[in-house]
Amino acid sequence: MQLVKSELAPRKSRPRQGVGLHKLLAPYFGTPGNVAITIICLALVALIAAKAISWLVLDAVFSGNPATCKASVGACWPFITSKFRFMVFGFYPYEEQWRPVAALAIFFAACGISMNPATWGRKLAAFWAIALLVIFWLMLGGVLGLEYVPTAKWGGLPLSFMLSFIGLAAAFPLGIVLALARASKLPVIKVLAIAFIELVRGVPLISILFMASVMLPLFMPDGFTIDKLLRAQVAIILFAAAYVAEIVRGGLQAIPKGQYEASAAMGLHYWQMMRLIVLPQAIKIMIPPLVTLFIGFFQDTTLVVIVGLLDFLDTIRSAMRDPQWQGIAVLEGYVFAATVYLLFSTIMGAYSRFLERHFRMGHD
Amino acid sequence: MHVAPESPWRIIYNLRARAIFYQVACGAAVVLIAYFLFANASENLARQNIATGFSYLSREAGFVISQSPIAYQPSDTYVRALLVGILNTVRVSSAAAIFATVIGTLVGVGRLSSNPLLSRIAMVYVEILRNVPLLLFLFLWYAIIITALPPVRQAFQILPAVYLSNSGLVIPSITCSDELTWIALALAVGIVAAIIIARALRRSRITTGIERRVWPFVVSALMLPSLATILILRPSVMVDWPELGRFRLAGGAQLMPEFVALLLGLTLSASANVAEIVRSGIVSIRKGQWEAAASLGLRRPLSLRLVILPQALRVIIPPMTSTYLNVFKNSSLAIAIGYPDLVMVSNTTMNQTGQAIEPIALFMMVYLSLSLAISAFMNWYNARVALRG
Repeated sequence: MQLVKSELAPRKSRPRQGVGLHKLLAPYFGTPGNVAITIICLALVALIAAKAISWLVLDAVFSGNPATCKASVGACWPFITSKFRFMVFGFYPYEEQWRPVAALAIFFAACGISMNPATWGRKLAAFWAIALLVIFWLMLGGVLGLEYVPTAKWGGLPLSFMLSFIGLAAAFPLGIVLALARASKLPVIKVLAIAFIELVRGVPLISILFMASVMLPLFMPDGFTIDKLLRAQVAIILFAAAYVAEIVRGGLQAIPKGQYEASAAMGLHYWQMMRLIVLPQAIKIMIPPLVTLFIGFFQDTTLVVIVGLLDFLDTIRSAMRDPQWQGIAVLEGYVFAATVYLLFSTIMGAYSRFLERHFRMGHD
Repeated sequence: MHVAPESPWRIIYNLRARAIFYQVACGAAVVLIAYFLFANASENLARQNIATGFSYLSREAGFVISQSPIAYQPSDTYVRALLVGILNTVRVSSAAAIFATVIGTLVGVGRLSSNPLLSRIAMVYVEILRNVPLLLFLFLWYAIIITALPPVRQAFQILPAVYLSNSGLVIPSITCSDELTWIALALAVGIVAAIIIARALRRSRITTGIERRVWPFVVSALMLPSLATILILRPSVMVDWPELGRFRLAGGAQLMPEFVALLLGLTLSASANVAEIVRSGIVSIRKGQWEAAASLGLRRPLSLRLVILPQALRVIIPPMTSTYLNVFKNSSLAIAIGYPDLVMVSNTTMNQTGQAIEPIALFMMVYLSLSLAISAFMNWYNARVALRG
């Protein structure tokens, strides 16, 4: 009896896999439910796209003046082009506007370099310190041949970036101190930290900004005034610090107790233990949520509009209030602003996801 | 540095002494700063002839509030104006929280759909709403309502008896005679009775092991008291349907454009957060849980209710708490588009009385206590669904 085949099995052609149309379409039309979902979604997309395209492109006015815009039902792009520099730089003197451009360029370049985690370190911190000094010199002027531009004239996109970036950068060390204080065993320090954090987190940002802009001058000695921009900046820093502190607390809690015990066994005292052992590990966990927090703060700085600072959203609103254009371009400015915010926030969001992947790989 | 063993300076090595020193120093610094600020403030206020204290609250407010859930005229006091502001804040934020939960859950489930088209649309929805500032959206919605919508005469009918125009939204209003409070009371009694009965039934099931139908008892306990009250008192419920006349809308309840824009902005932005939370909650439950539930013989709805949801809720509730708190705090942006919420009423008060400290302190207190109340409630609920043991 033969148990083993002696001749080869007939050759068969490889089963067709490829990208057959039916496979591509299966998720869309596989089941009756999916067919219904697909049809409804397509109709929705088509409806929105048709409206958007006709407003943004087909019916839009691409060149002209307020009168031509008034005659059209579509978007009015001349408004954006003619008001572009005001929207981005606010009341910064027109001839000096190369300075905020240079400042933004340095800022973006520094951000671009710091996006690579391999560059993080003391050198980068020093580089940032110099970059910020140069940016301030460019914006404020007054020395080394640049004309002085008071902060009251700052506005637009540079202001938005400044408020949110410096806000979070300064809030970070403060937040670490607050989180350490909250985790402290000393009751007075702990209670003070908890009171501050919970108070700030329990009230809206507007109330802190109101305090800074309306209440703070009353609490200062007579004749002593603080710049309006600085007051808002301090309010944002204090507000951000409470949120940073909670993220840091989460990071500290994630460090196994053994790490604390091991460093104590090595004879390190409290600050050495925190600086050398605990914080370097905790920061890795904290960075992705911190970037998310930064995206939130970048958007929340728009609230300074309410206390009368000319950030990017407010320069756009002022541009729309220009008598020449008033009532003509009511939505275009917002659409432009939304696009800018969407662009920057999306970049930062993608970066945050990259960091999360990066650190996850680093752990294993 | 070396300190001789018998020197009194040895105390700097004493941990207890250090702890006391740090705390006293910290406390003293805070007290000193507070005193410095207080002294400056009282001096400044005295010099500028600004009144202090809360006596302004009982004076006549004298300003108009465009929309109010309770009766209010300019001749009422500042306290009443403040109360109107609080109620407006609570009204818009609770409505936004409810709508956002419903929409966000749908979008979150949509993001997990097997249909790529639906999941992409849900993703774009979430990304746009999360990456553009809420304030910008508020301005945009408000501008669209005011400028792009037709006047009342040509109001859109978006749902039966719901009209949208540039002066806001008109919905049917329900008016009820005075017995409403009794019915509400009866409903409360019903809820308490239902909870007690449900607990007793569960206890008897656990002790006896006999499975009985629970829901008929619970539902009847819930419904009977209020039904009985309705039958006894026979309240008259009147629904006022808005009707599009030749020149204006007659009847119904008018929701101002500011309210509609704020509600829309808060709802949409919070719904994007809720969608993300729901999605991550569902994703966090591993497939094995579904399979284990199925192998125990549970059908899909039952395994969802008994196995999946209790675990997903544990992940969902803490971030949901902060979303609700954010809705509540973000409602303060109302001032930007002129909806008379707590902040706007306080701001008007501030401008009229010249007193800045008291109104700000008051509205911060209100926010803080309501925030703490919301988080206390959610923590309690979270503790109920959390793992025990």
